[in-house]
Amino acid sequence: MQQFVNVTLTGLTQGLIYAAFALALVLIWRSTRIVNFAQGSMAAATTFIALALIQAGYSYWLALVVSLASGFVLGAIIERVIIRPVEGGNELNAVIVALGLFVALQALIAIIFGSSFQSFPAPFGLEGFQIGGNRVAFTPNSLYIFGAVVVTMLLLVALFRFTRVGLAMRASAFSQEVSRLLGVKVGGMLTLGWGLAAVVGSLSGLLIAGGGFVYPAYMDSLIVFGFVAAIIGGLDSPIGAIVGGLILGLALSYISGYAPRGSALVTISALVILMVVLLVRPGGLFSSTTARRA
Amino acid sequence: MSDLQNSPSTAGQVTDEAPVAATAAANAPSAAATTGRTLLPQSTLLRHLVLLLLGAVAAVVILEITDPFTNSQLATLSFYAIAAGGLTVLTGMNGQISLGHGALMAVGAYTTALLLQEPDGALPLPLILLISVVMATVVGALVGVAAARLHGPYLAGATLALAVGLPGLAIYFHDFLGGEQGLRVRAPRAPESFESFIGLVSGANATSTKWLAYVGAICLLITYFLLANLVRSRIGRTWRAIRDQDVAAELAGINLGAWRVLAFVVSAAAAGLAGSVLALVVRLAAPSGFTLVLSLSLLTAIVIGGLGSLLGALLGSALLVFLPPWVTDRGIDFGLNNTEAAQLAPFVYGVVLIVAMIFAPGGFVGTVRLRWMTQKAKRAAAARAAAGSSGG
Repeated sequence: MQQFVNVTLTGLTQGLIYAAFALALVLIWRSTRIVNFAQGSMAAATTFIALALIQAGYSYWLALVVSLASGFVLGAIIERVIIRPVEGGNELNAVIVALGLFVALQALIAIIFGSSFQSFPAPFGLEGFQIGGNRVAFTPNSLYIFGAVVVTMLLLVALFRFTRVGLAMRASAFSQEVSRLLGVKVGGMLTLGWGLAAVVGSLSGLLIAGGGFVYPAYMDSLIVFGFVAAIIGGLDSPIGAIVGGLILGLALSYISGYAPRGSALVTISALVILMVVLLVRPGGLFSSTTARRA
Repeated sequence: MSDLQNSPSTAGQVTDEAPVAATAAANAPSAAATTGRTLLPQSTLLRHLVLLLLGAVAAVVILEITDPFTNSQLATLSFYAIAAGGLTVLTGMNGQISLGHGALMAVGAYTTALLLQEPDGALPLPLILLISVVMATVVGALVGVAAARLHGPYLAGATLALAVGLPGLAIYFHDFLGGEQGLRVRAPRAPESFESFIGLVSGANATSTKWLAYVGAICLLITYFLLANLVRSRIGRTWRAIRDQDVAAELAGINLGAWRVLAFVVSAAAAGLAGSVLALVVRLAAPSGFTLVLSLSLLTAIVIGGLGSLLGALLGSALLVFLPPWVTDRGIDFGLNNTEAAQLAPFVYGVVLIVAMIFAPGGFVGTVRLRWMTQKAKRAAAARAAAGSSGG
């Protein structure tokens, strides 16, 4: 029973991080119909910026703010300079450009910050709470992850629901031509969308790094998990991304906790889950529209 | 052929169009077929046989005039080029992207490594290569069945998961597949006929490095010969039809799914052979050899060379082999240390991928071919104009 509770709690915490990352992918997919495979590298870059600040003696919170801000700038610049030329073109070109960005950024991080493993501090304790004499696998840091992801999601919902900018962003994601006719600066909205997505991606990068080790490729598996979570949710729905992230987090946690030597099976199980979802419900569990033809 | 000129401008107007501009190279028939004034025979099979023979002679000459280090580099080139050839058929001809070819290479490499655990009682080398190909083909068929229903970013993501996930199996089946350390491969000795052949050709030492370079070259030539014939056959035309207009192709009675799976299977077979050669050349099959970077390098090779072109895949693979040492040296010249300089090569790959996709989506072969054909069209137009003015 206790193991079950612990595995579930770990799964939920991990799932929230996957959800945040999936949300970043979904935000970009909705606005530009591109799966941003460079998201992981972008998040790794901002995490390393935060790490550099922390190592220079600044507080975690300042590093967090700077890292999220640099994520926004990075996302906006990448959209304007690199993604704009291939936007709306054929999908293979955009995928290849995103992959090029992924490789280039990762190598650049290794050149600037080195490719060794470096420990990343967690802002809160990593010792589990005491409940009824038992220590559970829910730490103050998990609570922080929980809070950070939920607050970010609420802010995003508020932005999209209650502000004019959010309305304009939804409009340009819905139909670029109509929005242009109605005076929405679609280009600016796309840039803003990429910036916001990069902020959410950076946050998930920082959260997963907390209390662990970072190295240039540490986000590689998170790209896979985030992508799988987004696909479970249908790639089009923010709510789907969150639920998909939680489902995936729980599933992987149970596999790693209960299967013999399960930790080696985690990535391959993600692949299996992805395949099953794509074959059974290619539109994801939350798609309302029917999938379009190829 | 006439649709080639207007394709770059119209590509991308309709969002879900096939990668027309990117695969301009693939649409063009081989140079011999268009010009009509060439020394090569008209028949496709004969022409490819002549090219195969020329390639074999060129391979022997190149391997004999270069030093042992270059020989081993060329062996590396051969397995990259085999895998890239398979991938370019899949991505360029049939429009399916795969980031999982590194994992399929791992299947071939591990099969070879397992079969060579006891080098004395091992099967003959051609049989080992064949079994590795079959294993990769089986895995490729499984992946292909799933992949046939996906497209674009979905397919990219699924194969990405394959590339990241499959090497993990080697760690899970630790006792059988050697875990992180991987399996050492004891390369089989060269047969005596090879030694006498080398003695006859150049009188040089028939080292084991040289033998493996020859194995790689032979596999490369056979693979490219088969792929080139396949691409010019009914099968290749069907693939291109599916890539360019899947709805029209389906209306014409083509079973899209089955043909997509076939493309994946062919491509996986090439990847399996490449992995098998890799295991022999590197003498190790370990998870660290089949990272995501390997899959992405293959993609870089075919994009830079020109999607859908076997020549492009070969040129791109040459870049993968000869560019990193050069870039690393430049990095050290600029005061980077070794580990930093080693990362310069992937950095350059990434930047080149982006730049190539934005400015020259046809890759090297596609861009050169397009230039050449524009020139030819201009000259023809000028000639017509001259004839018209003199006549009138």
